[in-house]
Amino acid sequence: MSIVKTSQLSIGYAKGSNKTLVQSNLNLELLRGEMVCLIGPNGSGKTTLLRTLAGLQKPLKGNVLIQEKNITEFTQQEKALQIALVLTDKVQIENATVRDIVTLGQHPYTHWLGGLAPEGREKVHEAIRMVHLEHKTNHYLNELSDGERQRVMIAKALAQDTPLIFLDEPTAHLDLPNRVEIMLLLHRLAHKTGKGIILSTHELDLALQAADRIWLMSSTEGVICGVPEDLVIDGSFNRVFQSEAYYFNAANGNFSMNYPLNKQLSVSGDKTRLYWTLRALARAGYSVTADAETHIKISEKGWEINGKILLTIEDLLQELSTFPEI
Amino acid sequence: MKPRKTILFILLTVLLAVLFVADLSFGSIRIPFGEAMNVLFGASSDTINTEILLNFRLPKAITAILAGASLSVAGLMMQTLFRNPLAEPYILGVSSGASLGVALVMMASAVLPAVFISSGWGMILAAVIGAALVLLLVVGVSFKVQNSVSLLIVGIMFGTIASSLVGVLQYFSNPDAIKLFIMWNMGSLSAVTWEYLQILVPTILTGLLLAIILTKRLNGLLLGENYARGLGIPILQTRVLIVTATGILAGAITAFTGPIAFVGVAIPHIARGIFRTAKHQLLMPACVLLGASLILICDIISQIPTHTLPINTISALFGAPVIIWIILKRK
Repeated sequence: MSIVKTSQLSIGYAKGSNKTLVQSNLNLELLRGEMVCLIGPNGSGKTTLLRTLAGLQKPLKGNVLIQEKNITEFTQQEKALQIALVLTDKVQIENATVRDIVTLGQHPYTHWLGGLAPEGREKVHEAIRMVHLEHKTNHYLNELSDGERQRVMIAKALAQDTPLIFLDEPTAHLDLPNRVEIMLLLHRLAHKTGKGIILSTHELDLALQAADRIWLMSSTEGVICGVPEDLVIDGSFNRVFQSEAYYFNAANGNFSMNYPLNKQLSVSGDKTRLYWTLRALARAGYSVTADAETHIKISEKGWEINGKILLTIEDLLQELSTFPEI
Repeated sequence: MKPRKTILFILLTVLLAVLFVADLSFGSIRIPFGEAMNVLFGASSDTINTEILLNFRLPKAITAILAGASLSVAGLMMQTLFRNPLAEPYILGVSSGASLGVALVMMASAVLPAVFISSGWGMILAAVIGAALVLLLVVGVSFKVQNSVSLLIVGIMFGTIASSLVGVLQYFSNPDAIKLFIMWNMGSLSAVTWEYLQILVPTILTGLLLAIILTKRLNGLLLGENYARGLGIPILQTRVLIVTATGILAGAITAFTGPIAFVGVAIPHIARGIFRTAKHQLLMPACVLLGASLILICDIISQIPTHTLPINTISALFGAPVIIWIILKRK
């Protein structure tokens, strides 16, 4: 069942009669319990798309349907009951505890002075539990790390109790463990609670692993949608992120740098060591071909070159640099 | 509410009551506490004391409470709306607008009939119109300018324009008119009589009621305007309502007492510091109690020397160090 659907959607900015078109003719669909990662180079319109889907800005053309109803027909309050947001805006509130912030998520349900019903209080606790911050419930926001703050904002979105959550770069500025943790958390939430989650990110490898579906935004080809693996196999990633400096390595899902390779070697040996040796050699500018004159043999003992055994890759590179021409 | 906060509220209420009575007893003629109570409950036979207390000190103390409460609540709302710790009603040009109105009336006295000036009503009317005019301009701009910081700058600019016009007027005025204007500009609580209170009390209560209705939205605004929108808060409407409430609170009190500086910026910070909270449903009553207490203290201090000092100088002496403390703490 789809909760978000766009038809012939054009997004961008209109200032007076001056229109800046960012993307046009988008036909996208988000299903219940699905996590979609929005990926694309800077300037391809990720934030603009998220803002348009959330109804924070108007589409230039076409429609956004939330639960089969046009977003322009929602009031601000009705939108708040459908979509919860996690933005890149910095939240800096003096003297606010984790509980205070998460409670703000219940804003659409509280009475006119902001009082919470008992079930609202339970929702707030549940949201804090889901992001594993129950031990920090009464801590002040400025005592938390960046990763914890981001989890507080996600808990706020959960407490809003909406079928949809949109997140704009929720993993930016976080270290690797926190990035992985947040991606896993969102993935789990989508599957467990049946919410539809859309997030924009620059973490390609994490998105490939965690997303149920990827919306790949390119400046030239519009938005390509699909299961991550399909987009890898059909070369979409390579096309969208085309560059002279690197290429998308379909074998491991990472970006690899294009080193200028002007020297040749042949290498043989055990698998793990071979892989890392090849990486070091590529960085040093060696291309590995089967018929090169100089041969490196990798074994348990080390790296053998011209009958000399070297114990580390560092020594090997040192030795190679003394070779006048290969 | 946690017990600590309940106790704090009780303490502040007691403090306010004590200061209120102290403000009634102190002055150039000292009326002992017991006698003051007697007068209040109609048990005193001393006509002089009764006259001083009922027709002079009581309206003055009530005005002090109204001024403190309204300026502090207005400051709290401004700081949340503009997400700026130094925002206060004067930033929006309220006092400058009021000053311009007053300056126009006083210094154009050669043209206007003398009765209009001496009755005091002309001045008050001019101040309210001046303050309201500047606020209307700011509200008008807020439809065009989305960004809060830009709106803050626009407010400062309107205030600067109004102040400059006052300067021009002063340059062309006679010394008597200038002195009269400077006296108003220093701020005074004693100019407010029972008659004026009949206008001031309902006006301030309306402003406070509007502020109370806005508490929930103010909490949401703490997250910033984009997040607030996501929580279902209509931003434009909320902004207009906050500016209107501020205008009513600060504009009305400024018209009657002259500009009283720094209360609006200092008290919300003291309230946050004491209650360690960001929730407006707690901060707003805290601002009312603390603001009223502060102005009462200022008034008591200003009565102690033989010459009555202008309230504005006392409140500035208190407020300026608070601003320095905020800046040092935020580093």
